[in-house]
Amino acid sequence: MLILKIMNLNNEIVIIDYKLGNLFSIYEACLKVGLKPIISSDIKIIKKANAIILPGVGAFGDAMINLKRLDLISLIREFVESGKPIMGICLGMQILFEESEEFGVNKGLGILKGNITKFPSERDGIKIKIPQVGWNKIQKPKGSDWSLTPLMNINPGSFMYFVHSFYANPSNHEDILTLTSYYDITYASSVFRKNIFACQFHPEKSAAEGLKIYLNYKKQLSK
Amino acid sequence: MKTIRIIARLDIKGPNLVKGIHLEGLRVLGKPENFAKYYYECGADELIYQDVVASLYDRNSLKDIISKTAKEISIPLTVGGGLRSIEDIDLVLRAGADKVSINTAALKNPEIIKVASRKFGSSTILIAIEAIKQANGSYLAFTDNGRQYTGIEVIEWAKKVEEYGAGEIILTSVDNEGTGLGFDIELTRAVSESVSIPVIAHGGAGKIEHIIEIIKNGKADAVAVASILHYNSIKKLIQNMENRTEGNVEFLNHGRNFSKIESTDIEKIKENLIKNSIECRI
Repeated sequence: MLILKIMNLNNEIVIIDYKLGNLFSIYEACLKVGLKPIISSDIKIIKKANAIILPGVGAFGDAMINLKRLDLISLIREFVESGKPIMGICLGMQILFEESEEFGVNKGLGILKGNITKFPSERDGIKIKIPQVGWNKIQKPKGSDWSLTPLMNINPGSFMYFVHSFYANPSNHEDILTLTSYYDITYASSVFRKNIFACQFHPEKSAAEGLKIYLNYKKQLSK
Repeated sequence: MKTIRIIARLDIKGPNLVKGIHLEGLRVLGKPENFAKYYYECGADELIYQDVVASLYDRNSLKDIISKTAKEISIPLTVGGGLRSIEDIDLVLRAGADKVSINTAALKNPEIIKVASRKFGSSTILIAIEAIKQANGSYLAFTDNGRQYTGIEVIEWAKKVEEYGAGEIILTSVDNEGTGLGFDIELTRAVSESVSIPVIAHGGAGKIEHIIEIIKNGKADAVAVASILHYNSIKKLIQNMENRTEGNVEFLNHGRNFSKIESTDIEKIKENLIKNSIECRI
């Protein structure tokens, strides 16, 4: 029984519920690849997690207000400092950075260096549709190595599902794991730094290729 | 790069996938979750479930269908039809939908767009516009599957829903829906050019050329198709007879097709998009 209990603790991942956005598809994706997800905003449960997922749909400012209200800001920072894995998705990627210009300037968690900017409304007289909603390719920047990341067996040029109006500008270029171009704007669509993996796209809505990312994440947690 | 999405739209009545013409005269085609899974596997970029008689039936059967589907597929699922309140939206999102589409409730009270987009995120809130062309050439927005007159002009309404925080617009030409005669290009282009948010064109696809046309000339950001996919899929899906004995099944049992619709599948549609230099996921 005891052995079983220890085994169950393996791959336990907490999806942080800070009351913003729908966690159903992330939860289902975790289950599909054999992770044991727990949806929670409970400090005690998050502290004990082997890994956390920081999700998020909606506005940057609201996200930070909710995290503050739930007393999760320093907890997340400490979790990252402890070296345990964190995965940020969509807005959950953006709030890892220092600040965003969404509805005035808002401070983020500041775990990664850089800021968040909005897609321009037009480029060379061509109106840009905002938000970007749909599938787009992830490309490998020069010098980037995916082999030890959750993208290890993903081909550059694979399609992922995006929904966003804002994107990250990481100050440390070596943090950039993938690049994506919307119209002719090329931006960082995912980042990787030590124990941090964060993506602007939604792997849980990106069909088979997206589920591979969850599976890779699970494999790396098991190591 | 901007890619165009091909969205499979499934109209649901009770436990069944149905299809009508001009949003009326519904015929039973099978179980929606089977079609959904099939379209997911065929490369659909998204799915839309539209509960066509939402106000008349209880919600539990829709909730079950959403949950079953959301567990099987890993692409975005939008659910619409009869969502009247923030609680209704919350219910379908909790059941597993990624986005919702609202028509009647938004026309009756546009403030719901503001409240819902703030609460659930703009990208979660789609506004469905059912447009009917008037004798003077203008387009008006209707509710209740094109039955209920509102007098609201479509372009003005589209601009307003964007301003209020909607993430996308699903634009249905009620005149063309289910006819197979092609999309309303003039309508789609006018709406797409008057807003910055993506516009999903719906209603009228009868052959692949119509889809190419609505993207190139109608400036659609995504295309929702139904009939053009369903009739081919029926042949491929083994349907359980017991599960489709309810409702108007005469059509199904005789295996008849619409003469105006050239059945196709998602792979063929996408092959043709690529041939026409339209970017899409393959």
